[in-house]
Amino acid sequence: MTNHWIDIRNSDCILIMGSNAAENHPISFKWVTEAMKRGATMISVDPRFTRTSSKADFYTSLRSGTDIAFLGGMIKYILENNKYFKEYVAEYTNASFILSGAYSFHDGLFAGYDSKTRTYDKSMWAFEKDDKGTPKKDRSLQDPMCVFQQLKRHYSRYDPDTVSAITGTPKEDLLKVYEMYSATGEKGKAGTIMYAMGWTQHTVGVQNIRTMAIIQLLLGNMGVAGGGVNALRGESNVQGSTDHCILFHIWPGYLKTPMASQDSLTAYNAKWTPKTSDPLSANWWGNYPKYSVSLLKSFFGDKATRENDFGYNWLPKLDDGKAYSWLDLFDAMYRGEIKGFFAWGQNPACSGAHSNKTREGLAKLDWMVNVNIFDNETGSFWKGPGMDPKKIKTEVFFLPCAVSVEKEGSITNSGRWMQWRYKAAEPPGEARPDGDILIDLFKQVRYFYTRDIEDGKEPVFPEPILNLKLDYTTNRRFDPHKMAKEINGYFLKGATVNGTSFKKGDLVPSFAYLQDDGSTSSGNWLYCNSYTSKGNMAARRMREKAGIGLNLEWAWCWPVNRRIIYNRASVDRYGNPWDREHPVIRWDGSRWVGDVPDGGWPPMLRPDGTPNPETKYPFIMKPEGLARIFGPGMVDGPFPEHYEPLECPVEKNLLSSQLINPAAQTYGTDVDVYRTCDPRYPFVATTYRVCEHWQTGVMTRWQPWLLEAQPQLFVEMSAELASLRGIKNGEKVTVESARGKVEAVAIVTHRFKPFKIQDTVVHQVGLPWHYGWVYPKDGGDSANLLTPSTGDPNTGIPETKAFMVNVRKISRR
Amino acid sequence: MKVDRREFLRISVGGAAGVMALGLGMDLRPVRSYAQTLKIRYAEETITICPYCAVGCGIIAHTSRGAGGKIINTEGDPDHPINEGALCAKGAALSQLANNKHRITSPMIRKPGESEWRKVSWEYALAQIAQRIKKTRDETFTPRNAKGQVVNHTTGIAHVGSAALDNEECWLIQAVMRAMGLVYIEHQARI
Repeated sequence: MTNHWIDIRNSDCILIMGSNAAENHPISFKWVTEAMKRGATMISVDPRFTRTSSKADFYTSLRSGTDIAFLGGMIKYILENNKYFKEYVAEYTNASFILSGAYSFHDGLFAGYDSKTRTYDKSMWAFEKDDKGTPKKDRSLQDPMCVFQQLKRHYSRYDPDTVSAITGTPKEDLLKVYEMYSATGEKGKAGTIMYAMGWTQHTVGVQNIRTMAIIQLLLGNMGVAGGGVNALRGESNVQGSTDHCILFHIWPGYLKTPMASQDSLTAYNAKWTPKTSDPLSANWWGNYPKYSVSLLKSFFGDKATRENDFGYNWLPKLDDGKAYSWLDLFDAMYRGEIKGFFAWGQNPACSGAHSNKTREGLAKLDWMVNVNIFDNETGSFWKGPGMDPKKIKTEVFFLPCAVSVEKEGSITNSGRWMQWRYKAAEPPGEARPDGDILIDLFKQVRYFYTRDIEDGKEPVFPEPILNLKLDYTTNRRFDPHKMAKEINGYFLKGATVNGTSFKKGDLVPSFAYLQDDGSTSSGNWLYCNSYTSKGNMAARRMREKAGIGLNLEWAWCWPVNRRIIYNRASVDRYGNPWDREHPVIRWDGSRWVGDVPDGGWPPMLRPDGTPNPETKYPFIMKPEGLARIFGPGMVDGPFPEHYEPLECPVEKNLLSSQLINPAAQTYGTDVDVYRTCDPRYPFVATTYRVCEHWQTGVMTRWQPWLLEAQPQLFVEMSAELASLRGIKNGEKVTVESARGKVEAVAIVTHRFKPFKIQDTVVHQVGLPWHYGWVYPKDGGDSANLLTPSTGDPNTGIPETKAFMVNVRKISRR
Repeated sequence: MKVDRREFLRISVGGAAGVMALGLGMDLRPVRSYAQTLKIRYAEETITICPYCAVGCGIIAHTSRGAGGKIINTEGDPDHPINEGALCAKGAALSQLANNKHRITSPMIRKPGESEWRKVSWEYALAQIAQRIKKTRDETFTPRNAKGQVVNHTTGIAHVGSAALDNEECWLIQAVMRAMGLVYIEHQARI
């Protein structure tokens, strides 16, 4: 989230779309309710009338996978009705930037498309630059090649009739939502978006969010209280695990995993350190080498020296142009390329799209390590439905681990708040905390490599294994405090930085003090400031007494405890808040007061109205310093464009000849089947969750209270569809896709209604994905047996929110 | 005077109820006798954060003192600014996650072709796993790719997990997996 949970109460209009927050982030709704008590309106847009919808001031529906059409129509409405915040757009975004003559968009494709490789040459989307290399701007936003005018042109095609025919949303509902939400473009008003997997799990997932980001920028909602782009993240510590980068393509702190073509640390840093020629752009990523070198020192400690490039070559590189993402991983596993596998606190046999492909892939492994709390469909895959254990050679090790209350450490919530938590009890039996398991396992591996050397054998590249810094134990147990301090970082020798002197071994106060010469370490520059000489900041518990809910002394958040990021866009160019009732920061003449400012530089204008050369633009993480309405870094286009889901119910995309995302990924094994517009799979399906269960149910299905409330797999459908198929509420039915099938209890409801799409009736159904064959018996299996192995080309997230199925009665002959 | 809920119960249980009652403006004797019956009266209180969604609600766990140290109650932390004591069904049921007869309490192994798990010791399990890691890594390690570029990686081992772990564990997992040369490193954030 750019903002945070409590901040939602400051909003004037809350759009909940691609999320059912009342169901899946239930306590967040306390703050939605508080906002509504204070006069805010709440809009729910969802294919289904959900618990969130039941509390909305206005609800309307849309067909799964058509959010860009819906929101593109809102952009058109905002521009045509002059609802945008002119000063904000002109001064704080790249709306004024002039595009080069190479840029074009025609019939669903941007300039630079290669249909053979299904990729774009992004150099066609570059800006016109002046002789210093800075993008040319027209702040009056009139130049036909400026971003603003191209934006207008692009979304002029998203008229309400076309949008309605695509989404199935009645035209008057579209206009009502547009009118309600665009009112937040008024200075001093704030609108926020709460979204989750309903937006991300699509082949156009990233572009869904980009569309909303554009709306928020047009309306001046970024950086202000009650505004922002609020991603409701989906695990207790998925924010932290993402920040620490348990992902193939990034290193802790969102640094890039090196590629083979970056053959030295110098080449690597040069590739990823952006440059700017604009003195008003802070270009914060220009500090990249300080963060990458400090990270390497945390990996290898004293062993990392300038002479060995700080151990840069000890860490694995990616082959250029190759992805090792989730869908790629399970594709490689299915093709027999992966021999060993760790399923550590995750249940991919139920959580990954196309679960049959995943399960069959597991059967091709030599060995698997399954670390978990309960038995699950991944560790026990070999005795699952359709599996013959005698034929499966995979050796599986189950290692029982501790739950959250049986160990000490921190987790980071969706609002970036890192919160420390404590141990309440010992794990049962021989179960152990994951940190202990990890250290002991790695020490064993290290021992075997050491033994090779002692035995005079030639060990295979032992350096990273022998040199990894591992002094994070106390009394032979993993010590989270030692690890947290390393993540913050240390001075490795005495130094004076920014006027302050430090000794060797001092904790670094913040990332502004990190160096690129090997004199500092930091496991994650974003977390530098979290554990300092002032103590464990994540453990603080001082509530705010008055204010806008920032709670600056409760726990700690990144970066540097800044609670609302981009907050220098919450003020005008003199430093006065747009919204005087909910100021985030304010310039008092000599400094900023309020939240931690997004950089301490003074406002853009002096009191006399002359430009202040000491200032910086507010969006400091972009090399240009300004927010991107035009997004030239995306793989599938600089402006979001509506394309149908890979499996869709229509033959034509009303907006262009490109039916699906021209850059969407698919896979080519015998089980990667996709069926679009196929009468055998005539209904749109989506997956979702219920409050009582968590993800694959691996934790919650075993708990009697929760299982009693939600005992088994169901498929929710409209009364019209039930009538069509002769299905009665409560009877078991089969739901099948091109990839698999499940039996589920039919819930016939008015919460789904048929959609009118391009003069055809399209039915949609939904299933929760909380169940698995392990337990309870007859509780149903995973809804992911149905979902397709396709994903977003930017992130690789699978399209589990829109695919095609058939639903039919189970015939008993 | 502003007193939070837990202080309130401690005051009443502690016997200073009579004096405090004057300030609080009510008769605490019935409250005191109720508080004395609460099973959490002598329990150890621990602060934790809910392990489910990413709202990050505060929870208080009560652990029995003495032998066993079992969690006997969990409830919302009224001092937490986000949830102020409220919890959803999952958070409210947290004690059933900790105390659950289905928890796996011993390492287990399933050997090739077999139909059942077998219990083994930690020592055995970790040694066996480490051997297999080494064997597979040694067999699949690629110092240079087909273009002759240094990659120093293995594509023969993959890892997924976990967004359910603490930050300190997450950092160490990515460090260990990368030190062993893995490139297939993924978890819940991707899906």
